[in-house]
Amino acid sequence: MYHQGKQFIPDLRNANVPGIFTGRPEISSEKVDEKALVDCCPTGAINSGPESIDLGKCTFCRECERLFPGKVHFTTDYRLATNERIRLIIKEGLSVPITLNPDLIRKEIHKLFKGSLKLRQVSAGGDNSCELELNACGNVNFDMGRYGIEFVASPRHADGIVITGPVSKNMAEPLQITYDAIPTPKIIILVGTDAISGGIFEGSPAIDRKFIEKNHIDLYVPGNPVHPLTFINGVIDLLGI
Amino acid sequence: MSFITINNQQAVPLKSIPELGYDMFYNINTSLLEDHAERHCVLYFGYRDSGMIRLICCVADDNLHNIMVSSSVVKSDSVLNSFSAKNFAFEKFEREIHENFGIEYPDHPWLKPVRYSENRFDKSQIIKNYPFFSIDSEELHEVGVGPVHAGIIEPGHFRFICNGEQILHLEIQLGYQHRGVEQLFLDKTKLIQRTVLAESIAGDSAVGHTTAFAYLMESLGGLTQDKETLFSRTLAQEIERIAVHTGDLSGICTDVAYQLGSSVLGRLRTPIINFFQEWCGNRVAKGLIRAGYNPFPFNKHLAEKLTKILDAFEPDFVEMNLELSKLPSSLSRFERTGTLKYDQLLSIGTVGMSARMNALNRDIRISHPYGIYSEVDHEPILKHHGDVYSKVQIRKQEVLQSIAYIRKWLSQMAESDKLPELSHPQTILMSPDSFAISLTEGWRGEICHGAITNKAGELLVYKIKDPSFHNWLALALSVRNNEISDFPVINKSFDLSYCGHDL
Repeated sequence: MYHQGKQFIPDLRNANVPGIFTGRPEISSEKVDEKALVDCCPTGAINSGPESIDLGKCTFCRECERLFPGKVHFTTDYRLATNERIRLIIKEGLSVPITLNPDLIRKEIHKLFKGSLKLRQVSAGGDNSCELELNACGNVNFDMGRYGIEFVASPRHADGIVITGPVSKNMAEPLQITYDAIPTPKIIILVGTDAISGGIFEGSPAIDRKFIEKNHIDLYVPGNPVHPLTFINGVIDLLGI
Repeated sequence: MSFITINNQQAVPLKSIPELGYDMFYNINTSLLEDHAERHCVLYFGYRDSGMIRLICCVADDNLHNIMVSSSVVKSDSVLNSFSAKNFAFEKFEREIHENFGIEYPDHPWLKPVRYSENRFDKSQIIKNYPFFSIDSEELHEVGVGPVHAGIIEPGHFRFICNGEQILHLEIQLGYQHRGVEQLFLDKTKLIQRTVLAESIAGDSAVGHTTAFAYLMESLGGLTQDKETLFSRTLAQEIERIAVHTGDLSGICTDVAYQLGSSVLGRLRTPIINFFQEWCGNRVAKGLIRAGYNPFPFNKHLAEKLTKILDAFEPDFVEMNLELSKLPSSLSRFERTGTLKYDQLLSIGTVGMSARMNALNRDIRISHPYGIYSEVDHEPILKHHGDVYSKVQIRKQEVLQSIAYIRKWLSQMAESDKLPELSHPQTILMSPDSFAISLTEGWRGEICHGAITNKAGELLVYKIKDPSFHNWLALALSVRNNEISDFPVINKSFDLSYCGHDL
């Protein structure tokens, strides 16, 4: 297999994503029918006065771009993760990258996890697309293991929990039990629109988001599904690598 | 007439479905399957209708390429004869009807909860108290795995009864992924909401489920698809098949600790899904398929890219599989592991790849063709051993078969480059009081979406059946008498959907 060549992407921070990856949107100040713009979004991610898109609710379906092509444009910028929920709200006229708030990063995260971060993944109603992409983060192309980041089998071996899915009612208790089994200090990472806001499942009586609401979240990674580069860049930004 | 005969992706008036007394409904549907392996029940569900429960049963005939639909109306506190007592293929459908409505089937062989759905009839049944079959013995022990599993995988609970290393019995309990999808289809009324929901039923079969949804909406709306849309959807399905089979072969190698196979096949998946990203901006093709129009028409530029990708992929894929099949250590793990016989697969109504692993020919691409499948002389790949190695072989050969179809289609592509359409429908007006069914062949097997509209043309019922609905029982049976250490590779060789089952 030697002829297949080197497979790892050398620089994950500046890698190019091929094609028309649906990344960070930009909203122009063009005047449009505000009510129609707000209404066209399946999850209510768009707000008016001035217009904004909440990437925590956005399913990246591109319906708004299709209906209002002069107003909304999705760039291929995959650096979408942040540790402050409000930074996921993209405002009209702004075309700046999304960054983390350094003041909100707990000191022990840099001190203890910078060289080695072991994560336990829990799929709480996830539809398997984010899970496939998280698996891809550890493959030979993305190789997040080069930073000492890996997924482990037992919460007892873990430094943090990575949650996908809106948190179905039936998974609420297993999620809590898994989280409790992780020794402190521990971090919580939400991966995917469904985890951050419930996504298209928001409002369903079959989901139970109390865990997400009552705990401090250390990293929000938007996407539907999350691109491995979004996840890895978010985590290494959090760790201060 | 005791049933109406319809085709795949056809809508009919609801009242054209004959309403039978339950005894006749029972006799007709159970006898349709008796001694007819080419017939299988694709959908059987109930819904509340004027204080009663209306049951609708759809039996597909693969040789005649049609679907026989009949219905019956029963009281909600009914005690009925179970179809499953005569034919196990109905067992999960009846368990679901029992769970949703409380209808009793005293002679059902295994009336257990299906998914602890939010709108289940008996709310006192909770997921913590699932009634596992257990044995009181000094020599046997139970092993419980899940719901949270070791890898990055969806949750489900597996309860084994073991004699030392050997598994005597496995019971699979699901329901952890239940999000209330079928109810959300009714509550979220915008077409884009329903589309995003369809993409999220099972993210690894986004193309399969969204295509079934799109065809269903279009048949209820009386819309036809142009050639380019049919072509795009069929192409997307085959690319999804290649991508997932490659990823699963990588997973199967991981489960037998074959690091080289796992790494190489894992990286081979990347260019295929990156192609989806080139085409529609998303690696699992969410956003590619929409009901009523084609948001990303295929063009010559994409065709050239795809050809280059397949030219690079195919020799490396063949090389890795050849290595895998020459390796005695992997063969010894794959062969004769998790074997199921043809009769077992037939009796429980297995579908898709899990059925084809031991000569049960179930493939919607030839039995109820849609898209442009009728133009290809498709021959489903059948194997005859019913073990993990049969599934490995099927996956490998289906990838090569899909590549061959894609190459053929690309070579016959029309010259014109169609630009994306400038406008698209935000709603589809559906005909009132209608019933429609849509079957597609996802990479696991047959996906079925069924819907009923009310007199205002609004959705009254939306029913989804993922192939995993049938196939989880096949997994539970296949591990019997195998070593418990072989469970991961058997599980991965099936790779069934938890969220597709739980909805």
